[in-house]
Amino acid sequence: MAAGAANYDELLTVEGSPRHAALSECLSALSGEVLAERQRHAEEELLEKGITFAVYGHNDGHEKIWPFDVVPRPIPWDEWIMIEAGLRQRIRALNLFLDDVYGEGRIFRDGVVPESLVKSAKTYRPECIGFRPPGGVWTHVVGTDLVRHSDGTIYVLEDNLRCPSGVSYVLENREIMKRVLPEVFSGSTIASIEDYPERLLGALLKTAPAGCEHPTAVVLTPGIYNSAYFEHSFLAQQMGVELVTGPDLYVDSSDTVWMKTTRGPRRVDVIYRRIDDDFLDPEVFRADSMLGVPGLMRACRAGRVTLANAPGTGVADDKAVYQYVPAIIRYYLNEDAILKNVPTYLCSEPDQCRYVLENLDKLVVKPTNESGGYGILMGPTASDEERLRCGEQVRRDPRNYIAQPMLTLSTVPTVINGRLAPRHVDLRPFILYGDDVFVLPGGLTRVALREGSMIVNSSQGGGSKDTWVLLSETPFTRLQEQEQFSG
Amino acid sequence: MLCRVADSLFWMSRYLERAENQARFIDVTSDIALGYRGSEDVLWSSLLHAGGDVEYFQERYSRPTRRNVIDYLLFNRDNLNSVLNCLTAARENARSVRENLTTPMWEAVNRFYLRVRQAASQSQQVLTQPHPFLDQIKRSAHQVLGVTEATWSQGEAWQFSRLGYQLERADKTSRILDVKYFLLKAEAGRAGTGSELDVVQWASLLESTGALQMYRRSFGRIQPVNVVDFLVLSRDFPRSLRFCTQRSLESLRAISGNTGSVPANQAEQRAEEVLRELEGARAVDLLERGLHEFVDSYQTRLNEIGGAVSETFFQLTGYAAAG
Repeated sequence: MAAGAANYDELLTVEGSPRHAALSECLSALSGEVLAERQRHAEEELLEKGITFAVYGHNDGHEKIWPFDVVPRPIPWDEWIMIEAGLRQRIRALNLFLDDVYGEGRIFRDGVVPESLVKSAKTYRPECIGFRPPGGVWTHVVGTDLVRHSDGTIYVLEDNLRCPSGVSYVLENREIMKRVLPEVFSGSTIASIEDYPERLLGALLKTAPAGCEHPTAVVLTPGIYNSAYFEHSFLAQQMGVELVTGPDLYVDSSDTVWMKTTRGPRRVDVIYRRIDDDFLDPEVFRADSMLGVPGLMRACRAGRVTLANAPGTGVADDKAVYQYVPAIIRYYLNEDAILKNVPTYLCSEPDQCRYVLENLDKLVVKPTNESGGYGILMGPTASDEERLRCGEQVRRDPRNYIAQPMLTLSTVPTVINGRLAPRHVDLRPFILYGDDVFVLPGGLTRVALREGSMIVNSSQGGGSKDTWVLLSETPFTRLQEQEQFSG
Repeated sequence: MLCRVADSLFWMSRYLERAENQARFIDVTSDIALGYRGSEDVLWSSLLHAGGDVEYFQERYSRPTRRNVIDYLLFNRDNLNSVLNCLTAARENARSVRENLTTPMWEAVNRFYLRVRQAASQSQQVLTQPHPFLDQIKRSAHQVLGVTEATWSQGEAWQFSRLGYQLERADKTSRILDVKYFLLKAEAGRAGTGSELDVVQWASLLESTGALQMYRRSFGRIQPVNVVDFLVLSRDFPRSLRFCTQRSLESLRAISGNTGSVPANQAEQRAEEVLRELEGARAVDLLERGLHEFVDSYQTRLNEIGGAVSETFFQLTGYAAAG
């Protein structure tokens, strides 16, 4: 893959002409001061509403206000169609893969993916062998991270198939934008996203255990000290379902799950669980977990409760398995992958590992199973000591490291100290799978607020923007047409 | 609703009411201090006595001066019932059940907490001139009550919250009555009943519960027996012990859906017993028996109601252990 000559800006071409005429026109009609003012306005709203996230290891109280930037990130409709198709394809293939990995293992027998690689993944769960979730749906909620390199191509950076978070910020960002930049809204036709809670609830209820007439769904949270607690609470509230913690539930001897209410036990059929597998069930996984529910796996395997996402899905978002996803798509769907993978070196392969260790200054090295951007070495910008340490870690545990060429993420103008400056962004669309696959238009655009930085995670100084899938390139024409017809 | 949620709503409300009442306590004592000729230490100790805080206080402060006592009651992190700790606890409880509150309610609680936290960071200023902050506490508490009244559906969640408010309010009103007892004890006959000083002190008591005007409408001039009648037995005044006990019972019955005459659980039973007694009591008898003795006994029985509420609804003893 060639490195582009300059950064790809999502709003402007290299020559400086706008990619999205109507949007750029609206934005340029607002002076820098006005934009900065709206930015301040947005920040006040977030503070008042208490829209927060928790950062581990901070002393001054564990909650931080969600950092948000008013300049939206646009996606043209025809490009979105391609992304949506690619994501749909990917999720379907990965679900079939998971079914197979914990089932017959055909893909291993046919030599497409090495069995030892998959089964050595930290997230592989032998407890799921032989298990089949209702409807064959393993990944009810997926967040796939996409980036655009300076060559203009969109790549999948990684899939997140366990407890992807961020959709609540997508919804809140849109609400804030409506209030803070109303005139820009009225000029563009943007795909709406407000129906996400409805769709999420639908996906949960449709995958309830067979024979369940009026299923009861709940959101299971580790509690108020979890970094994504706001989202758990928000989604429960939006869907109108109970937010529960582990101790609120219990599993009886018939493997049924109940919640403890003031009027006695109430049966639970679907659990949108935002707790990692490790902590989910002390009977089966970590015995010291206070966050989970003893017996939950029992209930799940007996088909008495649906867990969304199913246990064991982490094996398919292992970064080494990621390398095989195009092959996985071809194997189960007989199609070529629409969305490209970033070329990836597996340190578990000796010759690839050697190449990585010899080129630490050119590559990004990632552990196969961390989240939040931790443990990553950005080769080109790292210090000698950091590269040395990374090399040692890779030698010690090669299976758990992969490397990729450093991408130059695209940029979007961002309000920095009252002026607009380009900052690197990525995109996390959200995909639901109930009886069909639904891709939320747009998703969470994360922005690295530090100049030149490409680390967009909120836990490391990232912020977010509203994402606009533009339904039409010439919205003003459409408005004129509408006026014609209304006479 | 989830037991844990009911528990949190109940305690969120209790802690908010507790904070407001701390402000009232300090108010009444400050008021009395204005006309007080005795030792300041004695006066402020009476407040500690009424709250059962004496030993705890003595471990941390040398003398019960005005500044020390107010600091203890507002900001001390070791005092579980300090306003700072009450608001921290109230807000944590609110946050953990946030999706059960309306947005204006959560924001009002959050704002209240932020204000108290800010005052704590400027404690020396506040201690020099505590009244603006005490007023702010009361106003913030009322704002929470206001948005609750205006925006929250009065279902089971609301009932548990109201139960918390009412039980706490009853307890704290009874403690305000006790302040007078401890003052009298300390003064040992210096101010006789009906003397000018005595009247001023009773008026302060009434004022701290916001009751002075309402009292005057019902009874006119201040007489201890009438003050007791008003604060203990009034049917209409929202802080009287009878009123609060009545509302508590109503909430309990609404929660269990009990429309019959037989109590549905221990908590209801106990609340009913206390209410019947109050309905049949006369102020003059209470004074004869001893106001302090009555308050003591009433507080014990309120605790029993609280314990029964916890056992019946929060403690999940009816649920089989898993596995």
